[in-house]
Amino acid sequence: MPKSKSAYSVPGKIGKTERHIIVVWVDNEAGVLARVVGLFSGRGYNIESLAVAEVDKKKHISRITIVTEGTPQVIEQINLQLKKLVPVHKVADFKRGEKDILFRELALFKMLANTQKQEKIKKICKKFNPVVLDKTKKSFVIQVTALRAEIDKLALDLKRFGLISTSRTGAVAMTKGAKIFN
Amino acid sequence: MPKLISGAEIVFKALEDQKVEYIFGYPGGAVLPIYDELKNHKSIKHILARHEQGAGHAAEGYARSSGKPGVLLVTSGPGATNAVTALTDAYMDSIPLVCISGQVPTHLIGTDAFQECDTTGITRPCTKHNWLVKDVNDLSRVLHLAFEVATSGRPGPVLVDIPKDIQFKKGKYKFIKNSLKKKLNGKVTYKTSNNELDKFIDLIKKSKRPIFYTGGGVINSGPEASNHLRELVSLTGFPITSTLQGLGAYPGDDPQFLGMLGMHGTYEANNAMHDCDLMINIGARFDDRITGKVDEFSPGSKKIHVDIDPSSIGKNIKVDLAIVSDVSELLKSLIKRFKEKNKNFLNSNKQKTSKWWEQIDKWREKKSLNFVNSNKIIKPQHAVQRLYELTKDQDTFITTEVGQHQMWAAQHYKFNKPNRWMTSGGLGTMGYGLPAAIGVQIANPGKLVVDIAGEASVLMTMQEMSTAVQYRLPIKIFILNNEYMGMVRQWQELLHEKNYSESYTAALPDFVKLAESYGCVGIRAKTPDELDEKIKEMIDVQKPVIFDCVVDKSENCFPMIPSGKPHNQMILGPEEDEEISDEGKILV
Repeated sequence: MPKSKSAYSVPGKIGKTERHIIVVWVDNEAGVLARVVGLFSGRGYNIESLAVAEVDKKKHISRITIVTEGTPQVIEQINLQLKKLVPVHKVADFKRGEKDILFRELALFKMLANTQKQEKIKKICKKFNPVVLDKTKKSFVIQVTALRAEIDKLALDLKRFGLISTSRTGAVAMTKGAKIFN
Repeated sequence: MPKLISGAEIVFKALEDQKVEYIFGYPGGAVLPIYDELKNHKSIKHILARHEQGAGHAAEGYARSSGKPGVLLVTSGPGATNAVTALTDAYMDSIPLVCISGQVPTHLIGTDAFQECDTTGITRPCTKHNWLVKDVNDLSRVLHLAFEVATSGRPGPVLVDIPKDIQFKKGKYKFIKNSLKKKLNGKVTYKTSNNELDKFIDLIKKSKRPIFYTGGGVINSGPEASNHLRELVSLTGFPITSTLQGLGAYPGDDPQFLGMLGMHGTYEANNAMHDCDLMINIGARFDDRITGKVDEFSPGSKKIHVDIDPSSIGKNIKVDLAIVSDVSELLKSLIKRFKEKNKNFLNSNKQKTSKWWEQIDKWREKKSLNFVNSNKIIKPQHAVQRLYELTKDQDTFITTEVGQHQMWAAQHYKFNKPNRWMTSGGLGTMGYGLPAAIGVQIANPGKLVVDIAGEASVLMTMQEMSTAVQYRLPIKIFILNNEYMGMVRQWQELLHEKNYSESYTAALPDFVKLAESYGCVGIRAKTPDELDEKIKEMIDVQKPVIFDCVVDKSENCFPMIPSGKPHNQMILGPEEDEEISDEGKILV
């Protein structure tokens, strides 16, 4: 007898998942973010990070950048479902690691550290455009911009230097060169 | 400068400009200004339901049988939450509904005011779109947009939430046609390229074992789509099967029609789906009741999928040719191109598909819809067959509830026209059929409207009989009464060692007396001998009827693809009962 199957759907083979960055242009109106994230939670898609802000004050267009993970079929569904939402203008989709796309996240670290230690920390952060935003004798706040994985590692490294608070944004993305998203 | 009018009046102006004739609703505190305005607009008739869910299903029945959007008017809080089931039902089955809900005044929003709820938040996942109108000057634009969103692309429900102060406030009314310039459903036009059409035709020509698999998209595309479908099927000579929602798009008594497919579909339809080499899906969505385990669904076939919703394509099943289009448009251009290039296709193709038809005839010989009839007790299938025979000569509209009776109706009632069959397929809402019949009767006065019901389902919205009586709607509620939630009992018998946990209704009302108390007519049939005569009596009565058809309590709905079995291993009848694997049990 052939292996059993059913008129009720049973889980099939799950394909390899990929990490994608999805950029969505939406009308900045009440509830629009809830529509987008509700679509993700309602259909069981992942959100790894999310960044959103209005980018066109005149037309009230917001740009939402979502990092997500899923099989190619799920990623395609995410794109198609997003396009069906009435306030969505366009959707762009990139695979993590694509060459002509730039990604950045911003992080703020608050450290308990004396002046001597502070210098050390600055050195550790050197590669990631460190900016000291606040400084006292006992503490300071440093801002870095980098890729997600780099910030992950940095946060880990800073733990032993007195890291007491971390605040991070989601990733934002932009194409390289003169080309823009369509 | 245009005259300033109240928000409530703007609502009616918009409804008038949208040519709305009926609204289904229930008043309450937060919609009183709108109800107050009703008297000034004679072209719009309000149908007072007994529960907002009933109003919603009635609006659905109206929409499905007329092709026009259904309009629903409810109050805030419980009015809106009661409408959620109907909105979700319409969302799943792609029915255009416009729901207008009252809301507490804007200054009270967010304060947990009396009868306040977050209506747009609650209905966001069960509507195509919704709006909370906070400015009266936005109201006319939003209302017209609401109608456009509900009816364009893949149809569906929308909701407009209007706070009470906005209903009183004066503002400008403007009728803006086509305010929605931006694309819908992610695609601007649905024009199919000749290249796509040629690929389509090429697949048709190469196929030896083809099948059309059509769905509710054909119905939603309008009556023209059904005509085109009939032409294409006859041009090709291919067999055709339909989903539950697609019944009526193609004549149910035509020799090329294999019957419904899926879990309770016919043996020939399911086997043909499994063994075909070309599957042409027109307006269906590869629902899990159809596909079973997706990895092993119709393994050897090329698949074409025509759907107006791009996100339906490739969601469950990968296809070889995907066409995003309105069904009617696509079929029209396909037939035209097909005729130009293949004048004698039918004759040249007969030989190619003759073996396939032989195979199909072999499957047909199983007569999978057969059942053992009785002359002592009414078999539910027999009751549906008799109802069909006695009503088929007039233009009859059938609605159903959800369960065994629904499947028996789909199997044994043969539909010849679209928009004659209204059933809750996607959401599977018990209690759908009775209020839906009310909406159908409103849209089709003078026509015979029958709700084929189960006694458990129909009790969920029984209060709407009062609505039917109030508006003199002679709907017929044909209850196949087996005292069980039949489908639940069937699954318990097959999967849970006959542990009939809570599926028996021990204290049913006397349906004949119940009918009388509502002021309509009650009829009971207990034996096969009296069935025909009683059905005729029901048809002849010009009043609403509750028909209590006392049927075999233990009858199961066959054929059936049991849990954990492949498409081509259907159970045909009780004698073939097999143990269902443990793996199968968890799949329900």
